[in-house]
Amino acid sequence: MDLLVDSFPDLLTGLVVTLLLGVVSFILGSGLGAAIVLAKISGNRVLSAVATAYVSVFRGTPLLIQIMIIYFGLPQIGLEIPPIPSAIIAFTLFTAAYLSENFRAGILGVDKGQWEAAASMAMPYGKTLRRVIFPQAIRIALPPVGSRFIALMKDTSLASAVTVVELTRVAEGIGTSTFRYMDALLIVGLMYWLINTLLQVGQQALERRMRKAYA
Amino acid sequence: MTSSEPIVSVRGLTKRFGDNEVLKGIDLDVRPGEVVVVMGPSGSGKTTLIRCLNLLEEPGSGTVRLCGNHVDCGTRQGGRRARAARIREIRRHSAMVFQQFNLFPHLTALQNVMEGPISVRNVPRAEAAELARRLLALVGLGDKCGCYPATLSGGQKQRVAIARALAMEPQVILFDEPTSALDPELHAEVLQVIRDLAGNGMTMVIVTHETAFARDVADRVVFMDGGHVIEEAPPQRFFTAPAHPRVQAFLRLIGPSHNGRPSPENVERT
Ligand SMILES: Nc1ncnc2c1ncn2[C@@H]1O[C@H](COP(=O)(O)OP(=O)(O)OP(=O)(O)O)[C@@H](O)[C@H]1O
Ligand SMILES: [Mg+2]
Repeated sequence: MDLLVDSFPDLLTGLVVTLLLGVVSFILGSGLGAAIVLAKISGNRVLSAVATAYVSVFRGTPLLIQIMIIYFGLPQIGLEIPPIPSAIIAFTLFTAAYLSENFRAGILGVDKGQWEAAASMAMPYGKTLRRVIFPQAIRIALPPVGSRFIALMKDTSLASAVTVVELTRVAEGIGTSTFRYMDALLIVGLMYWLINTLLQVGQQALERRMRKAYA
Repeated sequence: MTSSEPIVSVRGLTKRFGDNEVLKGIDLDVRPGEVVVVMGPSGSGKTTLIRCLNLLEEPGSGTVRLCGNHVDCGTRQGGRRARAARIREIRRHSAMVFQQFNLFPHLTALQNVMEGPISVRNVPRAEAAELARRLLALVGLGDKCGCYPATLSGGQKQRVAIARALAMEPQVILFDEPTSALDPELHAEVLQVIRDLAGNGMTMVIVTHETAFARDVADRVVFMDGGHVIEEAPPQRFFTAPAHPRVQAFLRLIGPSHNGRPSPENVERT
């Protein structure tokens, strides 16, 4: 208990940084993921190939390697990025690859008849996507997208490898200075679990509300 | 356009899916105010034909002309953009009612009907809502404006779909078996709406197996078999004295109501 009191300020800072990494990367990753899926379904062969290659690379390599390339690798070619932005860039690129696949599954999950109904009334492509397809696709994609957000929250612990003082790094710090590794790690583990439980509850509420909107 | 010029005119239309030649050269004209019913056995190409009329299906060859917009199929015909614009014009002036309704499930009945006016015809929102309310009342669903499709019966959904089609102010409405997905007791309410449209002079092409209904509303019945139109006649002649033996066999198969005037009880059935 005394440990919790003594390191409260550090834990709080760590929590804020962890949330910052997760939320900002998720928002940016959603935007990029949407752009990737638009490229993929654009019908333009070059755009679609670039999108496919992107997804393949960022899903096919470890996130830790991606973070380290950005923080340790890029300076060797003269591009120095501070730790937190490095981590956010890596998380964004990585999450976008996964989210684009979730979005795509959502779009493909919309009944073909919806495209045809829109086409038969001469609705332009962009409006069909915005007004008919996306609102339905997002409902289909919501569960996997929520899971991705939770996975990202846990993955932010990898930012500790590039000196970002987020929750995991804070736990390490407390451990080294007090030798109470077990307590520190358990406390931080519990904090991750609480964050993700809240996210899960939020996701379920959102899913319920979206289901209700159909009835 | 003079009033006797066809609204829909199709010449030499063909369509194949892989090796399966589904339409083998269809000619069809539909004049303003005319109701053409398309009948034929399963797999004869009725759905494919009606989907070719608004280019939901890309024909292999032949020409489609709808309200003066002419599309030459299977050729490049003056560039992709110009062609896409013509197809858009065709769809803009026609409407389609699907067997499976294809209502937008995330929108209320009212919003479903408003969608076309707002996002295609650029009608102001308030005006679109007014129009939608009027059209829903017209199909007998004035009290269902705020309902989502999931809460409506099949017959109600199809009537919303008809209201949605009308909201496009189409020159012609294409129906693909509008009652086939419905329980039998719900056919009548949908057919009645279509009858009323016919009475008001709406031009329609209707694929249906409902013989009593066809006999009532059709100005002409077109019979398809194996990708050809093998008989084309006014309903009186079509149902009482079809020339083609296949049509005779088909009519014998699908029911009794083709002999003489339909009796009151089979007006609403089939
Ligand atoms: N998208 C498609 N891909 C491949 N084949 C198709 C496709 N659509 C239709 N066909 C084939 O084309 C033929 C005609 O189908 P179509 O749906 O036009 O018949 P139909 O007259 O409407 O039949 P039904 O009365 O059963 O609705 C069938 O052999 C069908 O299998
Ligand atoms: Mg069919």
